[in-house]
Amino acid sequence: MTPVEIRDRVEGALPGAVLRLETEAIDPWLLVEPARIREVCRLLRDDPDLAFGSLMCLSGVDWPKENKLQVVYHLHSIERGHRIVLKADMPRDEPRVPSVESVWKFANWHEREAYDLLGIVFEGHPDLRRILLPFDWEGHPLRKDYVYPDTYRGITNKP
Amino acid sequence: MSTPTPTEGSRTSRDGRSVTVEVKVPHVPLPPEDLDTDEMILNMGPQHPSTHGVLRLEVTTDGEIVNQVRPFIGYLHRCFEKHSEKVGYPGVVPYTDRMDYLAAMNNNHGYVVTVEKLLEMEVPERAEHIRVIVAELNRIASHLVAFGTYALDIGAVTPFLYAFRERERILDIFEMACGARLTYNYYRIGGVSGDLTPEMIGMIGEFLDYFEPKLKEYDNLLSYNKIFIERTAGVGVIPLDMALGYGITGPMLRACGMAWDLRKNDPYSIYDRFDFDLPLGEGLKGEKGDCYDRYMVRMREMAQSCRIVRQAVEQLPEGDYILPKLPKMIRPPKGAEVYVRTETPRGEMGFYIVSDGTANPWRVKVRSPCFTNLAIVPAISHGVMLADLVAIIGSIDIVLGEVDR
Repeated sequence: MTPVEIRDRVEGALPGAVLRLETEAIDPWLLVEPARIREVCRLLRDDPDLAFGSLMCLSGVDWPKENKLQVVYHLHSIERGHRIVLKADMPRDEPRVPSVESVWKFANWHEREAYDLLGIVFEGHPDLRRILLPFDWEGHPLRKDYVYPDTYRGITNKP
Repeated sequence: MSTPTPTEGSRTSRDGRSVTVEVKVPHVPLPPEDLDTDEMILNMGPQHPSTHGVLRLEVTTDGEIVNQVRPFIGYLHRCFEKHSEKVGYPGVVPYTDRMDYLAAMNNNHGYVVTVEKLLEMEVPERAEHIRVIVAELNRIASHLVAFGTYALDIGAVTPFLYAFRERERILDIFEMACGARLTYNYYRIGGVSGDLTPEMIGMIGEFLDYFEPKLKEYDNLLSYNKIFIERTAGVGVIPLDMALGYGITGPMLRACGMAWDLRKNDPYSIYDRFDFDLPLGEGLKGEKGDCYDRYMVRMREMAQSCRIVRQAVEQLPEGDYILPKLPKMIRPPKGAEVYVRTETPRGEMGFYIVSDGTANPWRVKVRSPCFTNLAIVPAISHGVMLADLVAIIGSIDIVLGEVDR
């Protein structure tokens, strides 16, 4: 299916969930209403014509100038051979988005990573803990305004 | 002076004389409520040879049965993604070496292919062939380490020595190509850093002639070994639908019986020109998708990589090994972003790069195959023996440099 057909299919089943379609990009993407991302993902997985059985990649991106945090989902269908990118934008001070862990187990660790490094809260995630950084680390390093700490538990980076 | 051990029915009095007393010890079985039936929490790692690096597993055990496994990672975390935002596009290449250090060439390959797609850059034919040759040689080297260390995990030391003997010859070739033996930094955006000389091509040919018969030797040494089969067949079975949900890729997915290899199904570089087969898990000794299948898929893949290298060497055209006119500053257009996935020895390595029009990437996200594959461990290790957990971890073939990045 082409990205336009995918958009129309989602729009038909869930009106208002897709905010925008960008076909000019190298990987065409859909901007999705963040609160409805789980419904959209479930539809994309379960609809036999869409059959997006696997999530390839889940990333968070920080855009401080636009005051938004973005979650990017790269989807692929092994059955149908098509792919699509979903994006969800959230305000930086209130970055909350439903977890898609119940749709693809893949998202479990990748959502934890996005939470750890960017501070995006995935609602409904069964085990949202830090994964790469120590549990008592402060801040989220991949945010553009992250301030590097000088010490951690008595270890200093100053000579 | 040894004190007499009191035996049943005898007691020693204070002045040292032995007095015999009658003791009746009726055999009463302990009531179940008095037995200690608590679960025990065991820490496996972070410094443990079978965890292949600094991985910590918190294992809840009931006797020798594993009830629950909680992996803790991040001990090798260097925030590769943050570093990438501070150095220019070419500067990221050495960092990719240090993710999966056993297959650094394949990591380089994934990254440069992504940037080239962002720039819409065409790479010279010779460079593409050289890239495929070294990537496949590195795949063999990586699978050799997987084979050797897996045998080591199971308890056989000899295959490890065989594997490293062969790997050494591949490293010699790489050393001639780029000077390094582990972290190569050989790929450049637009080509590779040095040409393959006729001498090196001769060495590659010699290596293949030497190596291909060795594969049979490994089979005799380990693959058909009764103890090895008993330890791995039917252990850690991953059903195909579970594997797809977890996003398992690479040899682990093929071991579940799914013919999915990005070199064939979503070809990048020039992989579509070569003729090779995909070895799949068949459940020969146990069930489809068990540890033995994962091991076997890797063993069979080495032969296929040899085939690809032979074809690529044969077709190697004359020409440039890097684009003669490279832009001085690499600046992809503003707002451009791309996700490209490549097949490393461990599975789908994806790079998601967002450009803001400057010389530094705005965001680099790595979809690391080991990170994703490791996430399945808690799901498949419920109810296995503790020793089988070692077999399961080994069969995933993780490199912690890539899990933690």
